[in-house]
This record gives sequence, structure tokens and C-alpha cells, in this order.
Amino acid sequence: MKMNENSRREFLATSLLAGAALAGCNGNPFTPDKETDVKPSGKMVKLLSVDGEIIEVDQAFLKPIPELPTVTNSDARVGIPGKKFAMVIDLSRCKSVKKCQTACNHMHHIHPGQNWIKVYPMQESEKTAPYWQPTTCMHCDEPPCVKVCPVDATFKRKDGIVLIDSDRCVGCRFCMAACPYSSRVFNWEEPKIEKEIAAQPYSCETSVPQKKGTVGKCDFCPDMVRQGSLPHCVSACPNGVFFFGDILEDSVTNGSETFRFSDLIKDKSGYRLMEDLGTKPSVYYLPPVNRNFPFDPAAGEEKKEKA
Amino acid sequence: MEKIAKNKIIEDLMPQQFGKQGIIWVISLLVVCAIGFYAYCRQLYYGLEVTALRDYVSWGIYISNFVFFVAISLVGSLITAVLRLTDVHWSTPLTRIAEIIAVSAIAFAGLIIIVDMGRPDRFYNLFTHGRLQSPIIWDVIVITTYLVISLLLLYFPLLPDLKIMIQYKERNGKWLQKLYVFLGSFWKDKPAQFKITEKAIHILSVTIIPVAFAIHTVTSWLFATTYRPGWDSTNFGAYFISGAFLVGAGGVIIAMYVFRTHYKLEKYITDDHFNKMGKVVVLLALIYLYFNINEFLVPAFKMKKSEEEHLMGLFTGEFSPIFWFAISASMLIPILILIFKNGRKPKWAFTAGILVVVGSWFKRYLIVTPTLLHPFLPMHDVPKNYMHYFPTWEEWAIAGGSLAGALLVITFFARIFPIIPIHETITETDYHEKA
Repeated sequence: MKMNENSRREFLATSLLAGAALAGCNGNPFTPDKETDVKPSGKMVKLLSVDGEIIEVDQAFLKPIPELPTVTNSDARVGIPGKKFAMVIDLSRCKSVKKCQTACNHMHHIHPGQNWIKVYPMQESEKTAPYWQPTTCMHCDEPPCVKVCPVDATFKRKDGIVLIDSDRCVGCRFCMAACPYSSRVFNWEEPKIEKEIAAQPYSCETSVPQKKGTVGKCDFCPDMVRQGSLPHCVSACPNGVFFFGDILEDSVTNGSETFRFSDLIKDKSGYRLMEDLGTKPSVYYLPPVNRNFPFDPAAGEEKKEKA
Repeated sequence: MEKIAKNKIIEDLMPQQFGKQGIIWVISLLVVCAIGFYAYCRQLYYGLEVTALRDYVSWGIYISNFVFFVAISLVGSLITAVLRLTDVHWSTPLTRIAEIIAVSAIAFAGLIIIVDMGRPDRFYNLFTHGRLQSPIIWDVIVITTYLVISLLLLYFPLLPDLKIMIQYKERNGKWLQKLYVFLGSFWKDKPAQFKITEKAIHILSVTIIPVAFAIHTVTSWLFATTYRPGWDSTNFGAYFISGAFLVGAGGVIIAMYVFRTHYKLEKYITDDHFNKMGKVVVLLALIYLYFNINEFLVPAFKMKKSEEEHLMGLFTGEFSPIFWFAISASMLIPILILIFKNGRKPKWAFTAGILVVVGSWFKRYLIVTPTLLHPFLPMHDVPKNYMHYFPTWEEWAIAGGSLAGALLVITFFARIFPIIPIHETITETDYHEKA
């Protein structure tokens, strides 16, 4: 089931702006700042006000708000109320372009050489078909990593997301041994990141900055989700492989197509990885049938060399 | 035991100053420790980057060394508690050797686990944020409990000996005398005191058995509670415990031989002790062999896809030389040596003991590392060096330093306290005389 494309875009834009408006609520964001003394440019922009009215504001008065108010550690541990996030990865669309990986690495300032998203060339047996399988953290409902953590540094939120508190992690790496999906990486040395980023206080929701001697992994970008945007991998993928959404709303989107989650899984026989282990992942896969691209084994390698 | 006069016993068993050999031994151990310490300083500064550990093999020789330490420490409970409660008297002269091995090994097990941590500066988080659901916290609890009980089991039987040693003020020198007085001046050889210690030792002997089982079972669960091929085994607890008793018994034979030849204790650690300990090792090796067969034969019979790579790597692949070395050195060859009466003579038993301990160290390595090289999803999208593991010099130095440290603790203990209980030896002799 496809939503009207225009209405969806509008929805995303408004929620973004509403977020921006909320963020600036300590002062009126539409009045010019005294110190900077902005002059009207004459270009008017239509906005949706908090009351639901469409208003016009001069473009010059719109201040970009760099960051939303940071979520406290205890809020980050609880999660976004009333949500249960899930991802659907359509294997028939993946040709290992790895834009997901690049975007993820860039946005999370991951130490060079490490990847939270991996794109595996898979082939179950000699005569079965090879295919590309991108993996994120599975955000399991029975997360083995959370079970073994001795200090509650990795935790499961009410909205289904599994996160890491890098300020608490002691670096025992039991979670890495416990995770059957090999989705966790370790900062073996001081991560090479820009000084300003490294100086930021750590937030569980952005997983930034990564810290020496602690574990990192895919976080489903809850900071983006809070703003009403999609995780970086989803929006970066040119082939629309990744769908993200809320299971309680029963809808997932890759940014240009939106599906009813249950229908998508039913129609395309979605499945989860290593179901037999009982980890109950939040990431679903659609089998690599009726593919958009043939499997090119060189695809993964090429990218590696360029990078 | 042949009849020996009381004074002679005291003379023979009093701790002695280091001779030339002793000094060389201590200095070499100190050098190894210092290199290990330097390597650890590098690790603290640069991070675990200095090790060969990477995302796939995230546990290496630190953890296998930890398992080895925990394993060898179990011998304290075997000799002091199990044999004591079953009324076996021949092992009396060996109790203190076993107990100091236990104490120093378990202390270094704790240290090496801190060495393995990515953030040792946050060690306190284990207490401030500890989650009782995590097997690591179980391990912290049982290991500290075991250390405390072992220390008490070392200390209580030492009290009558301290009283004897305090009498030799001139021989002891100022510092040792102060130490002895501090530790044992309240001991007056009163019957009531004997009664209390006797009772305390008995209670501790009973308590330490479940705790000893717990430390190594929980250690095995650090692996068995995961899904990985090679670790996902219900056999693991028993497999670890049996292996632990074996390596500990091997360690005691080595220590017996070294103390006996170095301090000329042939009258106290007799050929018969080697004979009996040899038999104990054969029994333990057979039990461990049994659990090994369970551990490898059953999955090999099925050859599930996920297990296949791991098992074949051990049987015929990359790890096969170490695998077959460990199996033969820790079990097969010692059994072959020690089933013969002549094989239980001190020298041969000593050789068998060394084989057991060395083989067991590598066995622990095989339990930890190969599994991690066979994850469920293939190793991919990582730098090349993530796909192999060979420890760096820092890791060898730190692991070696910890082993040397444990030996150093045992050495200094033997320098300060009588390694064979004096008082108990005297009473045993009296008992035999009367009989």
C-alpha cells in the first residue's frame, strides 16, 4: 500500500520544522536575533505553526538550529514512548553499493576501517544463489548482548532499540562474544575523530563520540527518529533496500515508498536471521527473489579498494 | 613416615634463606614480571590496540590465561578439602603447597581479568552498576569468595606453626619476627584454640567445595552461555571442572618435586607421595579424557554446518598441531607414564606434571580462540588482520608476567612460611609412634 508521495514528503518536512520550532522554544525562533540583526530578505516561506495554521515568515528570520536539546541519559535509556521500531531489508534490491555503510560510518564518526553495517556476500551452499546481505544491529527482543552485560552499559529500550552507554561500558567484550550476528565492534585504540566531535559529551542516542576501550554498534539512529527523520542508512541507500518504521503503526518506509509492514512481510515472505536462536530480531529480511540486479561478486571488492 | 625427632622436624621444615639458585630464580621471575609490567603500561597508554585482539577474536590469551589460573586454583579445594573430608592422611604435607598455589593463582586470575578490560579505570562500575543477571558478576562474587576462603584455609593451619617460628627469634631476623608476631602472637597452643580452629577448618573445607565448583563452572558459563559453536555445550561445566582438577594436581606434583629437591625434603615429601599423586593424576586425566570425548565426539558425529568449520579446524586444520599436542600432553602421555609403577617415581612424575600443566595451558587457548574465528556470519567488511590471531609480544609478556608473578608469590611464601606444615607433621609422627 503506497501513500501519496507528496503528502508523505509534506509530512516529513512539517515534522522536521515542528521539531526545529520546538527546539528553539526558549526564545521565539521567528524573531530576529538582536545580536546578529538580520535584515528581511523579502523571500517568504510557508510554515505550519504549532496550532496547525499555515503562516508565512521571511526566510532571513529562519535560523538553522544545529541540534535539538540533548536527551538525558535516563530518557535515552527509556526510549520514545508508544513506539516499537523495526527495519525491513529487501535483499532483492541490494547490489552492495554500500552507501548505507559510508553514510553510517560518516554520521557516527566511526574509527576508520570499522563498520557497523556490513554487506555480506552470502551463499548458503554450492548450488544455491549468491546474494548480498546488509546487516545492522538486529535490535533483538531477547538481546543476548544485554543479557550478559555486567554493568547495564548496553540496554534494551521500550521502543525496541538496543543501545550502548559508552560512558559506562567497562570493555569486557562479553556482549561481542554473545552476539551471534557479529554486529558489535570494539574501539581498540583512541578512535580517530575530529577534535570537536571527540570533545562532545557522549549521547547514547547518537552513539557519538565513540570512546577508546568501549564497544560500538548500529543504534537505529534514534536521534534521527526523534526528529522524525529516517536512519542514515535508510536515506542513503540509492536502491531503497532499507525500510524503517514503527511496528505499532504497522508502516515502514524507505523514504520514497511506504508499505504496511504486515502486508510487506506477508506478501514477500519476510523472515528474520537465525530465528532458531530465539533472539527475536527487529530486523526483517525480504528474500532475494525477482532481483533488480544480478549478483556481481566484484561489487563488494571494488568498494573496498576505493575506500 | 619413619620416626623423626621433633627438633629435627622443626630444623628441616623451617623456611630457609634463598641460596644462589633461589636468588637467580627470584631475579629471573622479577625480570619477567617487570617486562610484563612495562607491556601493560604500553597497553594502558595505547589501549588494547597493542594486542592482536580484534573484533572477531576479541578474547585471546589473556582470557585463556585467566581460565588457566582459575583451573589450577581448584587444586586447593581438592587436596585440602576433598582429601581431608574423606579422611585421607597421606596428603597432609601437601596441603599448604596446594593452598598457596590456589591463593596465588586465583589472585592473578582476578588481575588478568582487569588486564583484559578495555576500561580498567571503570572497574568500580562492576560494583556501582553490577547486574546480578550477568555471569561476569557471578564470577566476581564466587572468585572473591573463593579467595577469602582459601586465604583462611591457608592461615588457620599456619597458626601453630607461627608459634613455633616465633620461638626462633634470632634466626628469623627483625622483619620476619614482626610479621610472625603480628599474624600469630595470640596463638597459645591452648586446647580450646585447637578445637576452634579444627572446627573452623572443617566448616571451611565443606564450604570451599561448592565454591570451587562454582568458580570454574561459572567460568565455563562465560563461554557456554553464548551461542557459538565450540562453546554452546551443556558439557562445559563438568568439562572445565575435571580439567581444572587435573591441571591442579599436575601443578602440585611439580611443586612437590621442586620443593623436595631444593629444600632436601625427601623425608617429608616421600616417593610414596609421588606414587599416590601419580595415581590421582591418572584418575583425573581419565575423567577429563571422558569429558573431552563427550565434548568433541558427539558434535563431530553430527557435523552440523556451524560446528563443522570449528571442529575440522581443530582436528585437521589450522589448530590441529596445538590440539593434538594439548590432548596428548595433558592427558594421553601422562596417563601412559603414570600407570606404570616406575612412572610414578619422582622424576617421571615430575615430567608428567610438566606435560599436564603445559598441555593444559594450550588446551585453554584452544577453548577460547578458535571458536571466535568461526562466527555464524562469515568474517567480512573488516581489515585483513581482523581475520587471524597471533598474540603480540605485549600479550605474551603480560601473560608471562602474570605466570611469573604467581610463581613469585609461591616462592616468597615458601621463603617466609614453612611450606610443609610443621605442627601437623609432628602430630602425625607422634600418632604413628603411638600406633
